[in-house]
Amino acid sequence: MRKRHTPKDRLITVALHVALAAGLFFAAFPIYWMLSSSFKSNTEIFALPPTVLPKAFTLEAYAAILGDPVKLRFFFNSYFVAGAVTVLTVLIALLAAYGFSRFNFRGKGSLNTLIISTQTIPPITLLIPFFGLVVSYGIFDTYVALILTYLVFTLPYAILLMTGYLNTLPRDLDEAVAVDGGTSWTALWRVIVPISLPGIVATSVYTFLLCWNEFLFALTLTKSTSMRTVPIGIQLLMGQHAFEWNQMMAMSVLGSLPLLIIYLVAQRFFLAGMTAGSVK
Amino acid sequence: MTRQKRSHHRLKRAVAPYLYLSPSLLIIGLLMLLPMVTVIGYSFQNSAVLRRDPSFAGLKHYQAIFADPVFWASLWHTLYFTCMSVVFHMTIGMVFALMLNSDRINPTLRNILRVLYILPWLFTAVIIAVIWRLLLEPNGVVNSVLMQMGIIGSKVEWFSSPATALHAVTFANIWAGYPLFMVSLLAGLQGIPRDFYEAADIDGAKAYQKLIFITIPQLMPIIISISLLDFIWTMQVFPLIWITTGGGPIYSTEVLSTYTYKLAFSSYNLSQASASAVVILLISLGLTLLYIRCQKAR
Repeated sequence: MRKRHTPKDRLITVALHVALAAGLFFAAFPIYWMLSSSFKSNTEIFALPPTVLPKAFTLEAYAAILGDPVKLRFFFNSYFVAGAVTVLTVLIALLAAYGFSRFNFRGKGSLNTLIISTQTIPPITLLIPFFGLVVSYGIFDTYVALILTYLVFTLPYAILLMTGYLNTLPRDLDEAVAVDGGTSWTALWRVIVPISLPGIVATSVYTFLLCWNEFLFALTLTKSTSMRTVPIGIQLLMGQHAFEWNQMMAMSVLGSLPLLIIYLVAQRFFLAGMTAGSVK
Repeated sequence: MTRQKRSHHRLKRAVAPYLYLSPSLLIIGLLMLLPMVTVIGYSFQNSAVLRRDPSFAGLKHYQAIFADPVFWASLWHTLYFTCMSVVFHMTIGMVFALMLNSDRINPTLRNILRVLYILPWLFTAVIIAVIWRLLLEPNGVVNSVLMQMGIIGSKVEWFSSPATALHAVTFANIWAGYPLFMVSLLAGLQGIPRDFYEAADIDGAKAYQKLIFITIPQLMPIIISISLLDFIWTMQVFPLIWITTGGGPIYSTEVLSTYTYKLAFSSYNLSQASASAVVILLISLGLTLLYIRCQKAR
């Protein structure tokens, strides 16, 4: 046991707490500033000296965003695309993960390596051929273009995450189905899926997050304002009204809400996804 | 079971995994591997994408890129941006993880701080870019505080002066990315057996000795694999730079991704952009092979 009451020991504890406070300031101040600016009027944002708390608290920026159908459409597009990709990814990844986790087959090792390495393919490298493909198939500026391209980036992570989860489930469970004469397909849906919900949730959360954050493909493969997603919407807002900082901050707050809520409600699942590629 | 039935069953077992994997392999093959081959093809064509019957260009586009001083400047900026980011992500992540893991802080405080320290991770690159633009505006809060403290004499245009722009975007990226290290190292710290430290205590080891001889060697595999992943991902950063500086002023924050994007979608030189994209792919591939070797070694 450590001795707690020497003066030197106390000094270390105090220093540690000072450092923790400094770390907190570093981590949280920019976010606090975004939040507080979103409740200020545009003139107050650049007031000198800066006001830490909004002096004249106002919801005008939020009203401007939520009252504008163009901006609401950005949110709808983001939710729709991210939702569709999440459902597709989880289904397809579940099947692949089941194959990896429950069967031994020729080429398993190299396929696994292939999937790990696709995580690191630079998006910019795929952007140019995707652009060529999307234009030549006439799906430029559509949901289909975004959904198909996002699927490629979410799938490898989702397969690795789901495989990792299925590997933790005992094999006896589905082997029991085989003994009773059932096929592996029945075992998957009757036995594996119901007990894999935590893995499915973690995978969904991470997939949703990847789509919600995507910028490069949304920027290049869509054109009309009605097809744009939230990240592009924020950029457009910046170009159009260079000085409407309070609206930009309000839109950023609204654009961060889904991830913040998921994080606060399902921290465990969130972290499982975020560290999927790295700690195994 | 009859012999026939059993062999039928065995056949099913043999085919099943490929069936389960087929949708994924189809998507990865058609939408990832095929485009990679396509982009390599484009880089050897004249007027790729834009013309129906492009002519063969040989290595022309690669030569054009390697002769372009902006390409070399972008490569250098990418390297600076990436190395600084990874080093500071690791340092800050490690310091925060060690602090949170200390038994000198109260468990409730620890849990609250852990949630708050992860915050930068929850924000999209575009939003991070917008936040830092607001903070670093010439009339913004950072300048006003620094001036009051007497650190700077006049307003600094952080993102629009060539002297500071690259450092400013790097700083914003450092802020945005350390939580990956922090979370991974925190998990790693909790996995180090207590006996190691107890044995060291019996031998009278000092705190810094325990750090150097137990903690860091135990965390090494995590440090190496996260550094490689972080390096690969940071090298590909696009939106943060695109929104804060757009690669400017006068190319001072141009990185490989913005350089390639502009070639493709501002100059519509898709062939040369493809050549540049292939160069980025090759660098990533080299690092990926290293990463896979590290993963397998574990």
